[in-house]
Amino acid sequence: MSAPSPDVVSRFSVGSRVLHWLAAVLVFTTLIVGFVLANSLGSYATLLGVHMALGASVFVLFVIRVVNRLTHRPPALPATVGRVERLTVAGSELALYTLLLAQPLIGWAMQSASGVPVVLLGVLGLPPIAPVDAALYGVLRTGHSVVAYTLVVLIAAHVSAVLLHTLTLRDRMLSRMTFSRAEKSGTTM
Amino acid sequence: MAAVGGFFAVDIGSVLYARGPLGSGGRLTPQAFVDAFRNVYGHHPGYRLNHSKGVAVTGYFDSNGAGAELTMATVFRQQRTPLAGRFSLAGGDPDVGDTAGAARGLGLAIGYPGSDQWRTAMLNLPVFLDNSPQGFFDRLLASKLDPATGKQYPGAMEQFLAGHPETARAMQVVKEHPPTSGFADSTFRGLNTFYFVDASGERTPVRWSLIPMQPARPAATPSSGPDWLFSRLIRDIRSGPLRWRMLITVGEPGDDLPDATIAWPPQRRVVEAGTVVIDRIETEMAGNARDINFDPMVLPHGIEASEDPLLPARSAVYAASFRRRAGVAGAAAEVQVDEVAQ
Repeated sequence: MSAPSPDVVSRFSVGSRVLHWLAAVLVFTTLIVGFVLANSLGSYATLLGVHMALGASVFVLFVIRVVNRLTHRPPALPATVGRVERLTVAGSELALYTLLLAQPLIGWAMQSASGVPVVLLGVLGLPPIAPVDAALYGVLRTGHSVVAYTLVVLIAAHVSAVLLHTLTLRDRMLSRMTFSRAEKSGTTM
Repeated sequence: MAAVGGFFAVDIGSVLYARGPLGSGGRLTPQAFVDAFRNVYGHHPGYRLNHSKGVAVTGYFDSNGAGAELTMATVFRQQRTPLAGRFSLAGGDPDVGDTAGAARGLGLAIGYPGSDQWRTAMLNLPVFLDNSPQGFFDRLLASKLDPATGKQYPGAMEQFLAGHPETARAMQVVKEHPPTSGFADSTFRGLNTFYFVDASGERTPVRWSLIPMQPARPAATPSSGPDWLFSRLIRDIRSGPLRWRMLITVGEPGDDLPDATIAWPPQRRVVEAGTVVIDRIETEMAGNARDINFDPMVLPHGIEASEDPLLPARSAVYAASFRRRAGVAGAAAEVQVDEVAQ
């Protein structure tokens, strides 16, 4: 294993890093609110409103992130990442982007299929994006749960992989995405 | 490695907590209601958990514009709004025989499926029997019939009522208002309190009710098979549209807002807001009221839920019920129609 130079780390652009951590907070919050909501009795309607607003912001944020990802080349992966692992990295990144764009749309379509008006924060009415159809609602509702659990697993794998690299291989993988000032930064636009 | 383990613990732990298994100890969840309904009434896939037996109707709400004084909701302007509805009987057995004593339900989705729709699920009772989700849950379990005797388990309801004086009082009020001959001459009430909000933001506590314009007939006498109440309704609508006057009762300071077991004093101001007309009836099937969740929290701009704890709980449990039957209806719609049509 070729040890990487400890004081040089190529980082994501500041914009990419800001978007990443914003997404981390938003996605985590939306998932947790969603899981709590499905089991809540007293705050069901309130949490549903919060969850829908969060979900809409996740969608907007990921549209921005896709544009950012296509216009900004990410920094090279450390040499500790092997060829097979590189494919895994690319695959899981693609899966996360895809599912995080799809999940808010599934939620929106699911509400549309149940015939309920979709209103964000009590003021912003959205048009229906699916026909009113209870059977379709059933499929989308189940899909919404399946995607939610898949996201939990993918995010857990994503964080674990970065932590494993950072802590056991000591290749400073995490520093590519952090803001600590102590390190020399070879920022890639 | 500790950090990785730590992350997993936080990640999975928070999901388990949020999802229930670790965190639901002692907490009432929608799943608990699903289990309780299935325990009491049996498991009937594809049907509502409660008010499982019903029939789909359509019609319209002719608003006379009087309600617009209290709310900016478009449905209360002087205009006609189409509606989809459903008459039902309380209970989770879709094949149960009609009885005069079973609570009669009328769900309406006015303006369905538009962006400004108003959904309400009403009963032919003067007050609701519970003022908390826990009360409803415990009463449901206490009402379970012993399959050996066909009656409630001895002492179960007495024990429940001893701990729920509000339900005992409400049952007394219900007893003083015996049911009418059928659906057509029943008064239906929203029971929970809502707020009407006008254009200046003024919030007025209200309760609504539908008063039948059909003359009252002699008390119901069971006849012509297990579906005699529904059969009578079908014949009534075939012979002409059924009408109800919509009354908006305005609450005053000091009136009980979050407790649906307590009726407001009879001298409260009443606004007659228009007429609900039901002119078509059909077997529940895909695309009609069978597929509507009469969630009382689906409200147009200008109507808001009160602090009544039953409202968000109804919303949550209705959603759990809708979710479970929607998937099943998609898989076996044909069979559902045949079963309901019997």
